[in-house]
Amino acid sequence: MKILVGYKRVVDYNVRIQVKPDGTGVVTDGVKLSANPFDDIALEEALRLREKGVATEVVVVAIGPADLTAHLRNGLAMGANRAIHVVTDAAVQPLTAARVFQRLVEKEQPGLVITGKQAIDDDANQTGQMLATLWDRPQATFASKVDISVESGADGKATVTREVDAGLEVIEVELPAVITTDLRLNEPRFIKLPDIMKAKAKPIDTIEFASLGIEANDHLKTTHYAAPPKRSRGVMVKDATELVAALKQKGLL
Amino acid sequence: MSKILVIAEHLGGKLNPSTARAVSAAAAVKPEAIDVLVLADAVDAIAAEAAKIEGVSRVLTIVRAENAHPLAAVLAPQIAKAAAGYSHVFVPSTTFGKDVAPRVAALLGVAQVSDVMSVESAHTFKRPIYAGNAIVTVEANSAHTVVATIRTASWPAAASGANSAPVEALNVDVALPSHTRFIELQQGKSDRPDLQSASKVVSGGRGVGSKENFEIIYKFADKIGAAVGASRAAVDAGYVPNELQVGQTGKIIAPELYVAVGISGAIQHLTGIKDAGTIVAINKDGEAPIFEIADIGLVGDLFKILPELDSAIG
Ligand SMILES: Cc1cc2nc3c(=O)[nH]c(=O)nc-3n(C[C@@H](O)[C@H](O)[C@H](O)COP(=O)(O)OP(=O)(O)OC[C@H]3O[C@@H](n4cnc5c(N)ncnc54)[C@H](O)[C@@H]3O)c2cc1C
Ligand SMILES: Cc1cc2nc3c(=O)[nH]c(=O)nc-3n(C[C@H](O)[C@H](O)[C@H](O)COP(=O)(O)OP(=O)(O)OC[C@H]3O[C@@H](n4cnc5c(N)ncnc54)[C@H](O)[C@@H]3O)c2cc1C
Repeated sequence: MKILVGYKRVVDYNVRIQVKPDGTGVVTDGVKLSANPFDDIALEEALRLREKGVATEVVVVAIGPADLTAHLRNGLAMGANRAIHVVTDAAVQPLTAARVFQRLVEKEQPGLVITGKQAIDDDANQTGQMLATLWDRPQATFASKVDISVESGADGKATVTREVDAGLEVIEVELPAVITTDLRLNEPRFIKLPDIMKAKAKPIDTIEFASLGIEANDHLKTTHYAAPPKRSRGVMVKDATELVAALKQKGLL
Repeated sequence: MSKILVIAEHLGGKLNPSTARAVSAAAAVKPEAIDVLVLADAVDAIAAEAAKIEGVSRVLTIVRAENAHPLAAVLAPQIAKAAAGYSHVFVPSTTFGKDVAPRVAALLGVAQVSDVMSVESAHTFKRPIYAGNAIVTVEANSAHTVVATIRTASWPAAASGANSAPVEALNVDVALPSHTRFIELQQGKSDRPDLQSASKVVSGGRGVGSKENFEIIYKFADKIGAAVGASRAAVDAGYVPNELQVGQTGKIIAPELYVAVGISGAIQHLTGIKDAGTIVAINKDGEAPIFEIADIGLVGDLFKILPELDSAIG
């Protein structure tokens, strides 16, 4: 079984995002970029499935500008067999990203696609679900545990524990399917130096976005960026008695 | 004129308060009608609750055995069919809505607006990106149905009681997939207030130190009638179950009072409490970032302070 992994590059989660004063975007010049944390988890899960003998090949996919090569090399150094880079300079909205993945799915025929539950830049939380829909296949979102059983001949199924508001939900989906990762699914491995050297020999296929013939119907227009209203430092109290008095005064106790 | 379909969220035969919050957001569009759609295997009790929500024009129901559990792949085709004739489909931005709404949007071939915080006009909305560190204004194409998830912490629940909207059964003729099956829901049983709708929340972090020590958080929460939450570090360390996690990847909440105990105040945690009324921080490290946003701060050892608070409250 082949696994496709969404491997998006985003602004590193430690960066404090600044909105440009003119409201046209956020400052990304010179800012540290990393793999979306949920996508590192997606890749780790795929690698573990390969190590268990469930998967035979792990392919990382990134959609974005030409300079994504170094980012994809990280995915290869972590252990992916190869990478696909769909090249575009435009900001790709989730439905368009899902359409790109759908094209790749047609070509690659994976048994499983694993994406992050959300990318921590746009926080859309849509792409995996949209891909599953366009592909007409099941989805198991917000996964914190994945068990795959493949019987000989059959396509197999995945039993997935999902982190939902009410607790943990367990569902079973037939393969092929799309799984989106939650934070507790696993802890991604660190990349070792020799692996970075080895990764240089691994293939990266580049595909021009335009060659996929996808109508990029990005229906959402972002017209303005603003900083969120700031909460400011309040008062310090010196002990429990003062705290209780302050809360009583606000009518909160 | 706009016509809005709000998808009801429910569990165990009860309507989730997130539904009434989505109705508030729908009302902000000033539409001609707000209909609530209930999909379940038994709809009566849920529909009756939905019918009482102020602003609701009609409650539509789809009763099918397959709707016993909220499986996105099963619900989405029914919702997409039912959406015909509506200008907007609103779903609460809970794990339920986040799972199902993109499927509906993809079936309709439209973009989705995630986590609507405010409605500027029928097709213009504000939503957070970068864990709430920037707020964008987005314009949806008015030629298409708007599929949106509603950030529940940004909207009060629409009042309930005065309304009695008619309830109508809907027949949608659509084949449902059998490739996705519900196995079970493991739920932490609790008599405490629900974290997502509670007016007071006490959260513990890594500073609490262990599962056993977390008793001190529960005890204080019970004393003031609060729900209990936690940081991701506390969940990851196994002190409390995952459904208590507050933050970017946990629950986004807006209680009147939030008490953070032994929590450092990482941005991913703060994302979950930006809309809280009053934030109280108790931390032994006076430099902890949580104090930069807390309305009331108290530096000290939580194991000493919580019992003192207990007796000071009396
Ligand atoms: C500086 C900056 C400016 C932007 N400006 C705009 C703008 O003006 N208008 C606008 O609409 N959007 C803009 N975007 C955001 C846009 O590019 C989003 O990234 C896009 O809408 C997808 O949303 P998402 O990644 O949050 O999707 P999600 O649905 O949250 O992604 C879930 C998962 O899907 C997979 N995935 C998604 N996208 C990719 C990808 N490109 N490559 C590989 N895997 C992927 C990943 O596995 C990811 O974890 C901007 C982003 C940045 C960083
Ligand atoms: C993609 C991503 C998503 C994330 N999502 C979330 C999320 O949704 N929610 C979330 O919470 N985190 C999230 N995190 C994790 C976040 O970055 C922090 O690691 C986490 O919030 C830290 O939890 P904490 O404050 O409990 O622990 P710590 O940062 O370790 O803080 C513990 C605090 O306890 C104090 N303390 C210790 N002992 C005592 C004592 N006896 N009395 C008083 N104070 C004491 C210490 O001074 C310290 O400030 C996410 C991270 C990533 C990368």
